[in-house]
Amino acid sequence: MAMGLSRRGLLGGITAGLAGGGLAAGGYAVGHESPAGSVGSAGQVAASYPFRGVHQAGITTPAQDRLHFAAFDVITEDRAALVDLLRRWTEAAERMTQGLDAGPIGAVGGATNLPPDDTGEAIGLPPGGLTVTIGFGPGLFRDAEGRDRFGLADRRPEVLRELPHFPGDTLDPARSGGDLCVQACAQDPQVAVHAIRNLARIGFGTVAVRWSQLGFGRTSTTSTAQETPRNLFGFKDGTANVKAEETAALDEHVWVGPGESPGDWLAGGSYLVARRINMTIEVWDRQPLGDQEDFIGRTKGTGAPLSGGEEHTAPDLDMPGSNGTTVIAQDAHVRVVHPDLHGGARMLRRGYNFVDGTDALGGLDAGLFFLAYVRDPDTHFIPIQSAMARHDALMEYLKVTGSGLFAVPPGAGDDGFVGQSLFA
Amino acid sequence: MRSTPLPTRPALAVLAVLALPLLAACTESTDTAGDGAAGGDARTVAVTSSEDACELSATEAPSGTLRFDVSNAGSQVTEFYLLDAEGLAIKGEVENVGPQATRQLVLNLPAGDYTTACKPGMTGEGIRAAFTVTDSGEEVEVSADEQALVEQALTSYATYVRDQSDQLLERTREFVDLYEAGDDDAARELYPLARVHWERIETVADSFGDLDPKMDLREADLEPGQEWTGWHRIEKDLWPARAEDYTPLTDTEREEFAQDLLANTEKLDARIQELDFTVDQIANGSRGLLEEVATGKVTGEEEYWSRTDLYDFQANVDGARVGFEGVAPILETKDPALATELDDRFAELEALLDQHRVGEDGFVSYDELSPAEVKELANAVNALSEPLSRLTAAVLA
Repeated sequence: MAMGLSRRGLLGGITAGLAGGGLAAGGYAVGHESPAGSVGSAGQVAASYPFRGVHQAGITTPAQDRLHFAAFDVITEDRAALVDLLRRWTEAAERMTQGLDAGPIGAVGGATNLPPDDTGEAIGLPPGGLTVTIGFGPGLFRDAEGRDRFGLADRRPEVLRELPHFPGDTLDPARSGGDLCVQACAQDPQVAVHAIRNLARIGFGTVAVRWSQLGFGRTSTTSTAQETPRNLFGFKDGTANVKAEETAALDEHVWVGPGESPGDWLAGGSYLVARRINMTIEVWDRQPLGDQEDFIGRTKGTGAPLSGGEEHTAPDLDMPGSNGTTVIAQDAHVRVVHPDLHGGARMLRRGYNFVDGTDALGGLDAGLFFLAYVRDPDTHFIPIQSAMARHDALMEYLKVTGSGLFAVPPGAGDDGFVGQSLFA
Repeated sequence: MRSTPLPTRPALAVLAVLALPLLAACTESTDTAGDGAAGGDARTVAVTSSEDACELSATEAPSGTLRFDVSNAGSQVTEFYLLDAEGLAIKGEVENVGPQATRQLVLNLPAGDYTTACKPGMTGEGIRAAFTVTDSGEEVEVSADEQALVEQALTSYATYVRDQSDQLLERTREFVDLYEAGDDDAARELYPLARVHWERIETVADSFGDLDPKMDLREADLEPGQEWTGWHRIEKDLWPARAEDYTPLTDTEREEFAQDLLANTEKLDARIQELDFTVDQIANGSRGLLEEVATGKVTGEEEYWSRTDLYDFQANVDGARVGFEGVAPILETKDPALATELDDRFAELEALLDQHRVGEDGFVSYDELSPAEVKELANAVNALSEPLSRLTAAVLA
């Protein structure tokens, strides 16, 4: 790989500081040697992650704190141009995940009469644990008019299609769908935004940004060593998530297996469900604490299920409560989405809180940008979302405003590019 | 919002108490932080309920307002009761205390002998002990008065709800006749006026989970394959302007949807006539109606086709105000400042709504509101909703 000017190189001593075992300002451990998709030391976010590997990084990687997610429309019908874009994205993403400029010349290393091949806002910033994860929407295989623009129609897995309409969906087409998606996660929002900005720039003429979403405050843990964070309802979220350490569970619930996609191009990949879930924050905040806990089925303080124990104690859904009820209500969120009610199906959730300012009425335009990686959306997402839409007490306070489903190919090999198996 | 009238929420743990002579009012809430339980305050008693013990930090306390912090150290759900000396009449209780959970019971107790009981597993007579309330000299309101106020509130609210339901049925009959006869202009005129009676008691109507989706579901809330019926289905047929490629309903279809709505309204009315209410249901219902305004009406989402949202808005506010005014005499004795604040905020919101009236009982179309006017209404809804969210706890205190 061609090495350009290192962003970190500009900082002189910082690189040495990293090698010393920890970045004081960031507070996260070093994990330069971690293979792609593995966990940094003690499950904390590492300083950087390799871009290449068996699986794409950014799935089982310990969830970073910040997100910039973008969905793109492919605006060409030229298959070669699409493949070329994926190659260039792979190169640029690899560079940026290592803390380098997006292009080989760099933000300040080139001719003064040309725009630089890196936009420059990450000069001096460390890699920030950046991961870049690329996915393919149904439109890549057959567009809205039913055209097979890239000769890929027969490679579309059956389950990669528009999600059905769920009750409570008020989807904004300008925040939904997309032929391609890129999830950029990092500890520093500027690093994540830098990645999307430069990839979008590289894509002009081939793709156009359809929508994008910023997220802060990861709402899930993807490693047992991470503390469960809180969503904007103030509750711990994603306690029962599939974790990086659960190898067997990942194979069962997250990674697409052999024989599950035409020509096996998606084996080792996953499906990504993205949902922009607005919360009616102001109304929620007026609910009595006891009601809030009943809606969730957990205590607000510790996150323990209302049937007792600690945060990670399994909820006892049948524990009798007063007056012939169960102590965890029938419409409690923890019950409605519990794997026991869905054939054991679990998700690897990787969502983020978002606040996009305020709406026209002065309320927070805020909620959860839900991201979940699953082996099969038909068994691991749609039934659970349907049950939630129908029975979950939380639905009174939620409105889904954006939605997308993407197939996330396996990781790029040493000389390959992301998605190569699809075009083979 | 959360429909509260007929549920099995833990908040209802207090209902049994209110149904009894109101010797002592109580509130109960979850206290996850576990604070205060160990405090040295003589008016706070820590109760630890385990599989085989019911430990109290004190066996006596001064008369007046007492707080029991009930912690469950056992592995099954427990309940805590404060009973009279004979252990027969319940003065206050907390139910549904899960393992490791702490809930509060606040009681206003006069001096006397009492019995405490923890009931791990919620069976049997529980683990009982004597408890003494000594005379602190503080006057404890045990009012026959308050009981009278409560009864009055319950009776008048039940009467109001039944009356609205009757009017809803009557107006629905008229509406259905006009619609089936193809008198669309008259049907469009009556539509928002009939629905006023639904919206005034929306939190009650909503609580019938089998009827509400058949009567009041919006198109966006349909599941794939679910049949769309009720008010909004007919609304779309009467105001198809915002629909794309809309095919008007045939006479037969009209009759089907109309008769279905009427039959469900009859069912609803029959059930409502049987309903009794409790004070917390009335107060929660008032809050709930304002939540309906905040999430559906002020945003113009409820009446997507007819744009008659302001009728619903006013009707929700009407119902919320009736609920508030019903419990206001009780609130006056507990938290007069809150009563005044709510009174003022209701008045401010209604004054704003009045600016958009047309004729005696009509309103302008939602589309005629400027963004600034919508914002102004939303501000007033927030201003009222925030103190209103404290109403139930204040009334039960």
